[in-house]
Amino acid sequence: MNLNARIPEGPLREKWNRYKAEAKLINPSNRAKHKIIVVGTGLAGSSAAASLAELGFELEVFTFHDSPRRAHSVAAQGGVNAAKDYKNDGDSVWRMFHDTLKGGDFRAREANVYRLAECSASLIDQAVAQGVPFAREYGGHLSNRSFGGVQVSRTFYARGQTGQQLLLGAYQALMRQKGLKNLKLHSRHEMQELLLSEGRATGIIARNLDTGELSAHHADAVILATGGYGKIYYLSTLAMNCNASAIFRAYKQGAGFAAPSWTQFHPTSLPQMGSHQSKLTLMSESLRNDGRIWVPKQKDDQRKAADIPESERDYYLERRYPSYGNLAPRDIASRAALERIEAGYGVGPLKNAVYLDFSAALEKQGAELIAQRYGNLFEMYQKITGINAYQEAMLIAPAAHFSMGGLWVDYGLMSNLEGLFVLGEANFSDHGANRLGANSLLQACVDGYFIAPHSVMDFLARAGRVPITEERQAKAEVQIAKNAAQMEKLLAIKGQTTADEFHQELGHILYRKCGLKREKSLLLEAIEDLQKLKERFYNDLLVPGDQKGINFELEKAGRVADYLDLGILIAKDALQREESCGAHFRVEHQSGEGEAKRNDAEFQFVSVWAHQADGGAKLHKEALHFEEIKTSERSYK
Amino acid sequence: MKLTLNIWRQAGPQAKGKFERFSMDDFHPDMSVPEMLDHLNRNIMKKGGDPIAFESDCREGICGQCGFVLNGEAHGPGKRVSTCQTHLRSFKDGEELYLEPFRAGAFPIKKDLMIDRSALDRIISEGGFVSVNTGPAAEANSILVGHQDAEDAFDAAACIGCGACIAACPNASASLFTAAKISHLALVPQGQVERHQRVLSMTQQMDLEGFGACSLIGACEAACPQGIALEHIASMNREYRKAWWQKG
Ligand SMILES: Cc1cc2nc3c(=O)[nH]c(=O)nc-3n(C[C@H](O)[C@H](O)[C@H](O)COP(=O)(O)OP(=O)(O)OC[C@H]3O[C@@H](n4cnc5c(N)ncnc54)[C@H](O)[C@@H]3O)c2cc1C
Repeated sequence: MNLNARIPEGPLREKWNRYKAEAKLINPSNRAKHKIIVVGTGLAGSSAAASLAELGFELEVFTFHDSPRRAHSVAAQGGVNAAKDYKNDGDSVWRMFHDTLKGGDFRAREANVYRLAECSASLIDQAVAQGVPFAREYGGHLSNRSFGGVQVSRTFYARGQTGQQLLLGAYQALMRQKGLKNLKLHSRHEMQELLLSEGRATGIIARNLDTGELSAHHADAVILATGGYGKIYYLSTLAMNCNASAIFRAYKQGAGFAAPSWTQFHPTSLPQMGSHQSKLTLMSESLRNDGRIWVPKQKDDQRKAADIPESERDYYLERRYPSYGNLAPRDIASRAALERIEAGYGVGPLKNAVYLDFSAALEKQGAELIAQRYGNLFEMYQKITGINAYQEAMLIAPAAHFSMGGLWVDYGLMSNLEGLFVLGEANFSDHGANRLGANSLLQACVDGYFIAPHSVMDFLARAGRVPITEERQAKAEVQIAKNAAQMEKLLAIKGQTTADEFHQELGHILYRKCGLKREKSLLLEAIEDLQKLKERFYNDLLVPGDQKGINFELEKAGRVADYLDLGILIAKDALQREESCGAHFRVEHQSGEGEAKRNDAEFQFVSVWAHQADGGAKLHKEALHFEEIKTSERSYK
Repeated sequence: MKLTLNIWRQAGPQAKGKFERFSMDDFHPDMSVPEMLDHLNRNIMKKGGDPIAFESDCREGICGQCGFVLNGEAHGPGKRVSTCQTHLRSFKDGEELYLEPFRAGAFPIKKDLMIDRSALDRIISEGGFVSVNTGPAAEANSILVGHQDAEDAFDAAACIGCGACIAACPNASASLFTAAKISHLALVPQGQVERHQRVLSMTQQMDLEGFGACSLIGACEAACPQGIALEHIASMNREYRKAWWQKG
């Protein structure tokens, strides 16, 4: 597997400009002859598709949703980071670069992370130009707040619906191009597989989810922007339909899968309340600006939160991490919560939560100011739990949230398969082993608005077009037939267990054996459990109906089938990495104080898995080199 | 808890639909309405039946994917909630519920509770944007927006595109949906240049899609999970008149 990251030469600060300067161009009048497929219409997909259509390329855009605006980017609440230094608090591109790299525990590519910080300011300019209603100060300037893992205020926000507003900006840009007939949009179409010509991605097979029809779509380049796969844990902050199938099938067709096991668990989700639950709702990290996290000092304390005096509360984050306190990065805050819960100090009916308490802030700043900042989050909390957080402390707990892993890409966001670009949460690029809050809306946007337009054009200029021959079409027909046969196989099982039930079990195994804490013996167990579950899946799956027309259960079954294989890959990846870094915490590798112990000598690399013909996976490594900064122990004490 | 559910079943856009009745007694008060349907569907499938087709994705009230009429009200009895934020604790044990798709001529039924809302996308395509390409844009703070204007613009922009306003309206008018986008962009400086063209094109598309006329009843505002205010329709009408006069 060729893992040449193709990072431009020269000093860090000049790499991106050099890349752009050296990128090949295509004459505007020739661009329309090149066709690009974009799968996914979240922030990454919509922004890429709109930007490339503006340049004049021919675009075909796919989403399984009924409208591009439903992509899960819409659910991001807290904000988007940019090194504008509007607060005069010492922020800079360099500081943001450093925070992000350190936040990711030095497991990301220096050049990529620097570029993310470098492009961040332009993204805010772009979004403002689109009319995105960011929060404003009274003088009309943009407002900022703080997020975990940093000591500056660089987060821009639109109340608690930042993702929605950014996505609508990108969606509107996309719909504008559609209205201008510069692109073709296929909603309710799910990508099934890639079409490949001599190792180059030259199209996709898509399934029309309303009719069940499979069709081949040929192109000169394919962009996957299909989002994250945290939903593999079943209970997660992701939407019900988030899945890994597009990238997982690309992996099975030869694309490298990088760091599959690096999943972020968000510390401030709502806890699970019962077995009927289908998802967990996130409470934005921004709440940690004013809310204080604690558990009672006494185990099994039956008193209400408000009745427990100050002296009997353990503000464990403030105690363990005095300089960052409640704003400690997510992986650390989540593990600290788990530590307290497992030690028996958990609160709530299932004793699986900790308190997020606003009483001090309410007293000091008044309910009005708190409502202005977090009103809609408090409202959301009440809608879901029926509890008024102005009066009672919130219950929160860690939940699967974000996939730092994804398909391997080079500096131009192209995978090892030529012509296959991967954007947004679907790739592995910038967050290392732990993502800082508010950096991924940014990454999805930067990938789509600012990087893909240059790198995809450069690729097309160098590689040229791929003529649609009869041979290519015939090959696609064969592939379609095979794909249909695979679905038929799932339909033919006619067992007694639904896809959702298998998914629930899968999530349960992963949470317990490959979740916030990982340990060799448990990981080995997880692999065995998952293999057994997979066997049962293929013997006892229940999918009603057939391939024709609307069949949600068939869609789910296909996704769960991929999730089962990905689950095994995740456990293998976690097993292989004999160190703790970021969100990946191996119990065997910790300091005396329970902090993660990284092993740079042996593990300063990104693991990249190659699918093998026998179904197995082979490990490749992309070594990480740090030229401009010195890696250090990641301390937030 | 026990509930009796009367659910609209319809095989396809052209098929005839009817209510089908289901009774189950092991629902949990903390289940959301989509979770209730998951539970019911599991039961139906295990008995060899065809599960109810319904859409739902984020399950936190922001994607706009879910939504049906519950006991005669779009998104059910709660105020400012979408269907997925409606929990069974808002019903009584033993209660009988009626679930139907959002109904409007411009929203063909695809299957059971699923409808086609692509008309809303087409309205946006006709001007629900600022015509700015990707590229170097002006420094963000060089365009000041007053705090209140930004807040008001946000209130309008918060629309989740679920279509409840249309389902709730006796005329099946899409005025609140369209007005929300027009207001959002009329309240920020970036939207000014195309202000007149936008209102003319978007309202024209709204009519072409077959949505009804607005008679300011206000059922839309009451059904909106984001609480988008009826006044936006009044602003849209003002915008329209100004644009129309200017066009001459
Ligand atoms: C609850 C929540 C809150 C968050 N809050 C923040 C925050 O405050 N700040 C921040 O920076 N980040 C936040 N994040 C993370 C951030 O929102 C995501 O990482 C980012 O939006 C991902 O964007 P995307 O474009 O890569 O994917 P998505 O927005 O998930 O889009 C994926 C798209 O791919 C399509 N798709 C997938 N598979 C297929 C297929 N096979 N065929 C066709 N189409 C397909 C889908 O239809 C969809 O259009 C949050 C995430 C969650 C879950």
